[in-house]
Amino acid sequence: MMDDLRELYQEVILDHGKHPRNFRHPDESNREAKGENPMCGDRFMVYLTVKDGLVEDVAFQGRGCAISTASASMMTELVRGKTAAEAERLFHAFHELCTQDEPDIPEGVDDETMEKLMVMSGVRQFPVRVKCATLAWHAMNAALHGEAAASSDQY
Amino acid sequence: MSDAILNQAYDVQRVREDFPVLSRSVHARKGKPGKPLVYLDSGASAQKPRQVIQAMTRFMEEDYSNIHRGVHFLSQTATDQFEAVRTKVARFLNAPSDRCIVFTRSSTEAINLVAASYGRTFLNEGDEVILSIMEHHANIVPWQLLQAEKKIVIKVVPCDEDGVLDMDAYKDLLSDRTKLVAITHCSNVLGTVTPAKAIAALAHERGVPVLFDGSQAVVHGRVDVQEIDADFYVFTAHKLYGPTGLGVLYGKYELLKRMPPYQGGGDMIESVSFEGTTFKAPPSRFEAGTPPITEVIGLGAAIDYVEALGREAIAAHEHDLLQYATQQLSQVDGLRIVGTAPGKGPILSFALEGIHPHDVGTIVDQYGVAVRVGRHCAEPLAERFGVGPTVRASFGLYNTREEADALVESLLAVKEFFGA
Ligand SMILES: Cc1ncc(COP(=O)(O)O)c(C=O)c1O
Repeated sequence: MMDDLRELYQEVILDHGKHPRNFRHPDESNREAKGENPMCGDRFMVYLTVKDGLVEDVAFQGRGCAISTASASMMTELVRGKTAAEAERLFHAFHELCTQDEPDIPEGVDDETMEKLMVMSGVRQFPVRVKCATLAWHAMNAALHGEAAASSDQY
Repeated sequence: MSDAILNQAYDVQRVREDFPVLSRSVHARKGKPGKPLVYLDSGASAQKPRQVIQAMTRFMEEDYSNIHRGVHFLSQTATDQFEAVRTKVARFLNAPSDRCIVFTRSSTEAINLVAASYGRTFLNEGDEVILSIMEHHANIVPWQLLQAEKKIVIKVVPCDEDGVLDMDAYKDLLSDRTKLVAITHCSNVLGTVTPAKAIAALAHERGVPVLFDGSQAVVHGRVDVQEIDADFYVFTAHKLYGPTGLGVLYGKYELLKRMPPYQGGGDMIESVSFEGTTFKAPPSRFEAGTPPITEVIGLGAAIDYVEALGREAIAAHEHDLLQYATQQLSQVDGLRIVGTAPGKGPILSFALEGIHPHDVGTIVDQYGVAVRVGRHCAEPLAERFGVGPTVRASFGLYNTREEADALVESLLAVKEFFGA
């Protein structure tokens, strides 16, 4: 039982939760979307700078729990430098990892990236926290598609 | 001294035996035993004693039928038992008559009924409704719907840092434009008990009726609607150790009488024709369709249960728990309690510095401790105190000091986890 907790709140996650990376509002960004969890009011803005199909910069701001903040922070590190298509693939891979016991991972996600995504998969044991883990990812995906907000019923 | 005597008489261990769910454990897995359940979420919904469960089961096994419409034996039996609960609820609130008691689906529906029926009929553009900053969404949104439809104006009474309602501000808000006051009798976040009698008296000086949201208040103390001089008073059965799907609206008869139906259907009409339909008198007028019959029987049993324990004895027990838990929680570094009004109910909302309530909730849950985290359906209040979401521990008649200790221990574990 406590093992599940350790699995969820791994050191990396606690670290990203306390010291989120790319926690800023970039001047340059050309796409942004809001992600909101109506249960607790946690809210993130995700900012993307997409040029020629490449995600050159990802940043976020907002307020959230350790899980949602860490997940947002790690998302920015993983998505930066990827093509829009790759970023979307990562979103689907991450969503599978957080929600499915036998995740169906899309082709073309390399092992190192998978390993980093896996850090969050402990959330599967805590169904009510899946929304926290996927909040910023949904916002990122919405921004990629030019939408202003991730709709709250898709988490 | 008198507290000690009361508490001795109150045998909480025996009380706990009445609640089957309290003996279960949670998170048992792969042959490993779980943690005993520490249920500190009665403010969201209370657990049910065997007496309620059995009364509902017995009714369905022996006496169940639709009511008010059959000539047959069972229908008569069921109707008699159903109506007997109406009388019991009237006595519970010290209402002058059981004709003042309307059964609804919930507190939420009771407030919507008043907003839709009384509000639509008697409120017009520019009229003002006074609410307070500590309302549950159930006592905000129905008035906003009316605002959209009738262009009424909503005024909000603030509270101070302790969560005490600002009565001076309330007096200032009351004016010739005020047409209704709707205020909670006990905040589900702060625990603040509002001075209902004074609120009503001030409104009545201007001939303005007052609705109280008693969802939390009826659970923690004796309520006398005549003493308060409430015009409307609502509560919900599931927080009073009764079933879900049932609420109560008390209304002064002369008000109910002037109000049009809320919904149309069977059981609320005198005669129906396509030329015109006439409606029954209250309370039937407001009870369209088949009501939650078994649930009403369950509420009757719940009222019997709390009255047998004694409402003063329950209040004294809960007060002791609140004081003890407040003391223990205050010793946790970085913990801030939101809501410190004198005479408050046994509800403790708090924030742990640097740790999000969601994370707190998940971790204490692994220790078997059930608390509510979030904004508790009172977003404006969360903004007022600038804390965003909080953790809420709410105590009921079956909780113990040991459970307050378990909460504190689990919070210390949370802090250790986060290295805070
Ligand atoms: C103060 C208050 N008002 C209203 C409600 C709504 O009760 P129900 O959902 O049963 O209608 C609640 C319960 O959450 C409450 O605490």
